[in-house]
Parts: sequence; C-alpha cells; structure tokens
Amino acid sequence: MTTIFGVPMQALFGQLLLGLINGSFYAILSLGLAIIFGLLNIINFAHGALYMMGAFVAWMLLTYVGLGYWWALGLAPLVVGAFGIVLERVLIARLYKLDHLYGLLLTFGLALIIQGLFRNQYGVSGLPYAIPTELSGGQRLPFMFLPNYRAWVVVASLTVCIATWLVIEKTKLGAYLRAATENPTLVQAFGVNVPLFLTLTYGFGVALAGFAGVLAAPIYSVNPNMGADIIIVVFAVVVIGGMGSIIGSVITGFTLGLVEGLTKVFYPEASATVIFVIMVLVLLVKPAGLFGRTA
Amino acid sequence: MFGRIARPVTLAALAGALMMGTAAAQTNVKIGILGDRSGAYSDISGEGSVVAAKLAVEDFKPEQHGLKVEIVSADHQNKPDVGAAIARQWYDRDAVDMITDGVTSSVALAISQVTKEKNKVFIDTGAGTADLTGPQCTPNTIHWVYDTVALANGTGGAMVKRGGDTWFFLTADYVFGQTLQRDTSAVITKNGGKVVGSVKTPFPTSDFSSFLLQAQGSGAKVIGLANAGTDTINSIKQAGEFGITEGGQALAGLLVFSSDVHSLGTKVAQGLVLTEPFYWDLNDQTRAFSDRFAKQMKNGSKPTANHAGVYSDVLHYLKAVAELKSTTDGAATVAKMKAMPTDDPLFGKGVIRADGRKIHDMYLFEVKKPAESKGEWDLYKKLETIPGDQVFRPLNEGNCPLVKG
Amino acid sequence: MADTATIDAAPIAAAPATGRDDKALHRLIFVGIAVLLIVAPLVLYPVYLMKVLCFALFALAFNLLLGYGGLLSFGHAAYFGMASYLCAYTAKQLGFTPELAILAGTGTAALLGLVFGALAIRRQGIYFSMITLALAQMAFFFSLQAKFTGGEDGIQAVPRGNLFGVISLADDRAMYGVVCVIFMAGMLLIYRIIHSPFGQVLKAIRDNEPRAISLGYRASQYKLAVFVLSATLAGLAGSTKAIVFQLASLTDVHWSMSGEVVLMTLVGGMGTVFGPIVGALVIVTMETYLAQFGAWVTIIQGCVFVLCVLLFREGIVGLIARVVRRPL
Repeated sequence: MTTIFGVPMQALFGQLLLGLINGSFYAILSLGLAIIFGLLNIINFAHGALYMMGAFVAWMLLTYVGLGYWWALGLAPLVVGAFGIVLERVLIARLYKLDHLYGLLLTFGLALIIQGLFRNQYGVSGLPYAIPTELSGGQRLPFMFLPNYRAWVVVASLTVCIATWLVIEKTKLGAYLRAATENPTLVQAFGVNVPLFLTLTYGFGVALAGFAGVLAAPIYSVNPNMGADIIIVVFAVVVIGGMGSIIGSVITGFTLGLVEGLTKVFYPEASATVIFVIMVLVLLVKPAGLFGRTA
Repeated sequence: MFGRIARPVTLAALAGALMMGTAAAQTNVKIGILGDRSGAYSDISGEGSVVAAKLAVEDFKPEQHGLKVEIVSADHQNKPDVGAAIARQWYDRDAVDMITDGVTSSVALAISQVTKEKNKVFIDTGAGTADLTGPQCTPNTIHWVYDTVALANGTGGAMVKRGGDTWFFLTADYVFGQTLQRDTSAVITKNGGKVVGSVKTPFPTSDFSSFLLQAQGSGAKVIGLANAGTDTINSIKQAGEFGITEGGQALAGLLVFSSDVHSLGTKVAQGLVLTEPFYWDLNDQTRAFSDRFAKQMKNGSKPTANHAGVYSDVLHYLKAVAELKSTTDGAATVAKMKAMPTDDPLFGKGVIRADGRKIHDMYLFEVKKPAESKGEWDLYKKLETIPGDQVFRPLNEGNCPLVKG
Repeated sequence: MADTATIDAAPIAAAPATGRDDKALHRLIFVGIAVLLIVAPLVLYPVYLMKVLCFALFALAFNLLLGYGGLLSFGHAAYFGMASYLCAYTAKQLGFTPELAILAGTGTAALLGLVFGALAIRRQGIYFSMITLALAQMAFFFSLQAKFTGGEDGIQAVPRGNLFGVISLADDRAMYGVVCVIFMAGMLLIYRIIHSPFGQVLKAIRDNEPRAISLGYRASQYKLAVFVLSATLAGLAGSTKAIVFQLASLTDVHWSMSGEVVLMTLVGGMGTVFGPIVGALVIVTMETYLAQFGAWVTIIQGCVFVLCVLLFREGIVGLIARVVRRPL
C-alpha cells in the first residue's frame, strides 16, 4: 500500500474528507461573520451562542412541537434570525459610530448571557438529537465508511455558501449591499434605507449560524457550550480569510478544515492550535488576510 | 456582604446558632458542598450534591445525636484557584468543618492541600485522580467514590476477560486522560491483552470523526475512551454515526456517568460497557433513595454515583462526629472515620483504608438496547459485580506516605 | 485635548492632560489607597484582598497598553499565566525564595512580551488583537503540553517560603504586606510611566500615529517598549498570585482570563489612572460573592458587559472623572 510519511494513502483520503466536512461548519459560520463584519463593522462574538441556539431550537421544535429535522432546518434559522434582528435593533444599532472594540465587547456579553440562560435551563450534559432516518446509515467508500449525514452536511453547506455568494455578487440586492459596505452615506443619499439593510444583514448572518447549528445537532452534543468552543476557531478563519471578505471566508473555512484534518493524522495534539499558528504566519505575511484588501 | 458565600441553606441553622448558649451539649457541624455548579460537570455534581447531602442529614437525624448540622454550597467553576480560595475562606472565616464533592481532579488536589494546612476534613467524591490516595495523600482527605485505577481495573480487566483483548485508545490530551490510559493499559497487558495504538485528542474536542477513523483502521476489538464529560458524549455519538459498533468493535467508556448516558439516549449509547460504583436501579434501597432524590431535583433526574457518594460520606462523617462530639481536629475525625466500618443503604458495607481510599464494590454495566429500556432512566444492565478488594489499587502500590512498610 | 466632552467620540477614552492641581489630587488619592490598604485587613478577609490586588495590578498593566498605548491585546493571559507557572515552578522545584521566584516569573513575562510584542506591533487595530490572541493560544497549548506545568492539575502546593530567606510568608498578614508593597510599587511605576516624556509620546502615537512619526518619533519602538512594560507588570501580578494562592493553573493562561482583564478595565474606565483598580475590585468581588449563584455568574457578567458598553463606556472612574471634571 502507498504511504505518505508512514500514513496509508487511503487513511489520508478519509481524513481529508472528514476535514472537508468540518470545514463546512467553519465555512458557514465564518461566512455569516464576514457578512456582518463587512457591512456592520461589528465583530459578532455572539455568533457561537447563536449557532448553539440554532441547535437548541431544533431540539425544542422536536420535543415541544413535534416538528422533525427538515422542519427545523427551515424554521430554526428563521427563529434565530428573528432573534438576531431584535438584538440588532435594540442593542447593536447603538454602536455603529464607535470603535470595533465596543461591538466586540457587547456581543461577548450577549454570548455570556445567552449561554448562561441555556445552561441554567438545560444543564451541560447536552441533549440527544437523532440523525433523520432518511440520512442514517452510510456508504462504504474504498477508503472509508462515509455516513450519509456527513455527506449531506457538505452538500448543504456548499449550496448555502454558493447561493449566498451568488445573491451578493449577481443580484441587485447584493449590489446595494456591496455598495453600502463601501460607502453607506452615499448609498443612503440614493434613497436606500441603509439602517433596514443593516438590520436584515445581521439577521441573515446569524440565521446562517442558526442553520449551522441545526446541521450540527445530530452529530455534536446539543449543549450550551458548543458555540463557545468553536467561536474562537471561526474568528481565526475569518481573520485568515480577510475580515469582511465573503469568498475568502468560505474558501478559508474549507481549507482550514483540510489542514486541521491533516494535523489530526500527523500531530493530533496540535490540531486545536494549528489554526492559530497559521493565523500568525498569514497576518505577518499578508496583513489583511489572504483575501482581504489592504487598507 | 462578606461571608455571604456561606449563606445558610436552612433558617433552622440560624435558630440553632442562636440557641447555642442554652444547648451546651450540642455540637455544631458545618458541611460545605464545593462542586461544579455551572460548568462541564454540573450535572454530575451541582445542585444534586446539595440535595444528596440534605437527604443524608435528614436520615441521620442529627438532633438525636446532639448535633446541629448546616450545609453551605459554592461553585468552584472547575478552576483550582477558585476552589482553593473558597476552601480557604470557608475554613478561615465561615467555620466550615468538612468539604465534600470536589469534582475535577485539579480542584480536588488544591482543596486537599488547603484542608491539610487548616487541619479540617475533605471527602472527595467526584474527582478521578488516584494521586489523592497516592503520592499526594494527606491525613485529612478521604477519596470516596471511584478513581482512575479502579475504573481501569473494572472496565479494562473485565473487557479483556470477555474477549476484548486488543485495544485502541482515544485519549483526552491532559493528565487525567493520560493517567487513565496508562492505568488501563497496565491492566490490559497484565490480563494478557494488547494495546495496538492510541491517539491523543485535544481537550476539548467536538469532532472525533478522524480519531474514530484511526481507531477503526487499527482493527482493535475495543476502543477505549479515556476522556470525560462532553468529550465522551461526542465521541460515543459519532462512533454510532460511523458504524463503529456495528462493525464489530466495542466501545469502552472509562469514565461515564449515568447522566452522560441519559443525555446520549439508549439508541446511541447501546452496547457501551462501563464501570460505576452506583446505579439508581441496583436494589430496593437505591431505588427508594433515588425516588426521594428525583422529587427534589428541578428536572426529576436520578442521582449519579457522585451524588450517591455525597450522601454516603456525609452520613459516615456525621456518625464519626457524633462519637467524637467535636469537629475541631480534622485529622482526628478522619482517623475515627477510618476506624469505623462504613455502612449505608447505597454502597452497602465498606471500609476506609489508611491511605484514605474508601473501599466498596464496583459494577460492570452495559447500556441497554432501546427495546430493553422501559423508561427514560432505564439505562444499564449489570454484567458483573467487581469486589472492592480487587477493583481498587492495593494499599502498598500507591506510594502514599501515610502507609508505612 | 483637555475637553472631556470628546471622550465618547474618541476610539478609546483618552485621558485629558494632567495639570499641577491634578497631580496633587492624584497624590492625595495614592495616600488614600495606602491608608485603605492598611485598614482593610482589619475588616475584610486578607486572602480576598490579595486576590483583588493581584488582579488590580494585572488590570493596571493591561490598561497601560490599552488606555495609553491604544493597543487592545486579547492575549494578556499569556504573560500573566506563564509568569505564574515559572514563579510556581522555581519556588517549588528549584527552592527559590519568594522574591526570586517572583522575579523569575516577571522576567519570563518580559521576555515573552518582547517576542510576542515584536510580532504583534507590526499590525494594527483588530489584526493586532487577533495576533495577540493567536500567540496566547499557543502559550496555552504549550502550558498544556509541557511537562513542568503539570497539565490541567497545574503546579500545586507551592510553598510561600521565607522572604529573603528570613520572613515566613505562611501567615496571611505577612503575605498581605508583601502583596501591598508590590501593588503600590507597580501602581506608582505605571503612574510614573504615564506622566513621563515617554508616556506623552505614547499618547501622541495613540492619538495620531502618522503625525507622531512625522515628528520624528519611532512609533514602533515606543509601542514595543510599552508592550514589554505591560507584559512585565502583568507577569509581576501573575507571579504574585501564584505565591499567594500557592498554585499555578491553566485558568491563568486561558483566553477567558484575557477577556476578564478587558472586562475589569472596561468597567473601571479605560485610560484612567485608577479605573482598573476599581474594575478589578468590582469583578473579583462579584466572582467571589456570587459563587453561590452558580450559572447566574456568567449571566450577570454578561449583563455588566452589555450595560457598560451601552450606558457608561467611560467606566466607573471615567464617569466620576467627568462629573468632577478632573482626570482620574
């Protein structure tokens, strides 16, 4: 059997595929963060908490209302997005004129509150959420066993990412959005309701987080801390991709998933840290991230 | 404002303090429940430990023994410095005589040090580290429920005897995980098994799939999970997804509590083999206790082994104090507790060894299939009882300075 | 610049220039703090006070960088935590006396600050923050992996030892005295730095870097210097904490510790001389006396964050300063 550094090729393929799957989560989450940062200039620390909320909403829909996974996939992002809109209107909108720092601190505080409330209500052991029957089981590929659900995660997240990119790049709405990112005052002068735009953008960004939460519910433990663990990594992804760069965040998300997957084979202990090493290196070479514009 | 940490749980205690002058023969006892009330282990420890301690006091009937018992509680947030600071303040300012619970090894070791310095009593239930009764043992600390060596002996030994003689470890990359792996490996080789590989996973990890894939590729018959809490839950959940157990490999949880299995559900966790010293459905007495316990819990949950341990150790501690009629000398109280055999409805008869190790039987359980489970909490079937003198580390192998020769 | 009304609009609350009267006022406050420190242990629990003082020094060090250097570090736990590890290790394993152990810890933090700072100051704004965060994550990884740190158990049972080999610190009162001296020295040093010509240049760079450069100041050297100073003092705080609590653990290097020091500084008032002390007092008190509320602690902390950002961005001391119209 062919080996690379003592690891069989086949195992390596398997690991790369898994890395890609993890990358899907990074991609969706960092996409949301990048959109929010690009337009609102807010570093949304509450993103992880809202991702967690997505998973919990899915669980609640199942437990209290009896609506299954597919309903949750549609409804949970709406619920989380609506919640985000309220947050934006009531709190975040007050900070646009201030330094980044304040937005970051406010959303950090919000994350603490949201996580604390869920922890009080549901404990920390996590709640069970089953894989939908349509997607249970898996395919025996030549090099690994691929659960159907994981394959679905990659497909779903790629679809969402590409759709979002198309909307932003190819539609009139997207053109407004890009213009508002560039120069909000000018766009407002053209009669576009910029504050409404900002609100909807925030809602959409966090709805993406909610969507990722539903995707994650069947494979990760649905638990109040699930967002806190991932948010720091996702930040790193956004920074490496270039803050505010939409396509950059998606590509970087998938790429770092792959890099992390490889690290898990060769130096597993470091797989949680490798992303930060890359971040420092990238920032030293390309100050604005891989896809960012230098100010 | 200050000293609020030790806010009395019952008003009766306040009345008790006021009556101190008249009831001269009465001994006041203050028990501190220092556990995790907000973090990763708050379902194992947390409010349940307070409930268990209250039930123990209720059953002991302190007034008949000339004792007045008060319970206080606090959250150490799984941070050793926070735990040590609270313990210090409790002993220094709030007249706490004994601390129990103490989940999380790093915090337990810190509390144990403070307790020795202040000559009080610390009975640990929740922490895994066998060092508490090994190199770091003190005359003031008792380790009640389980430790990593016992878990290794229980699950490791029993699995090998049942034919699971090749192992692959998923090891949480910190001292606890590594100790668990080391101890279990020793047991496996001693019983004629073999460890074919292991992978260190960063702590905490949410995605175990690539590690599980490595485990799957190793062809080992048993995959040992040397991790705890959310890590364990995630690895079991994802093992089900990747068809690990269907592929003929067995999962062995080296530290799994019933609350974890409850969270996973039997559908995902079925077939998992694990060792615990307590399960609510063991016998009539444990069932009766668990019903009382569940009635006082917000979500009606059954007690974990840690909660049962708190009940049992508080009961034994009060018995010793009632005989001594004093709480001032912590080491003397612990010596008394070691001299008296233990007996309670949850763990049965047992002893406390010179090194502070409480000895009782442990059980090898297997998680039921969904079809076998009759309710939300009907989780385990008992495979085997492992006698206390076989499951715990022999007294002379722990390097505890208190053990001479 | 001296107009306090502009504070809110500035990216980070800028301290107005300090006049002669203000210096007299500050001197009075320093004396007040000293008196309070002497009286406090008669009323309050000394171990709690020592914790407050350690964190207050940490927050002061952090504020030196943020409030006067204009640099938001998201990785200050690295200096605080690594110093506490080195201090604990030298005291326990190498038998250093406490003052030498604290020096060893502080030195480590200075060195680490020099390396990390040299990398980080090459970038600005949020990128600076992110580099410091990433470097701190590496320090955390190192602490988890290295043998001498004891993994998640940390270094326990560190002896308090004898100061200069003579005075035993086992007694809380003796220890308290030492902590007070260290705290006062650290605070006065920071005050001195802020009001020195060096501090003036720093403030100029913070407010307008290109202009300061055009005036011939080497901005990056000044930034590196203040970074190292801040890291060193954070290390001093961390080392002292290790001796007081007799342990060093992962908590001190975790990123949430970096977040906590931001919170303290924010609550007290960024860019004020005394704000971080008040902030540390508030946060430590909250953590200590809310411990019984369990999960509510994080919720309350979150609310404090939100309220601070929305209602009083100048922090407690900043607010007082505006009311009395004097820089504090």
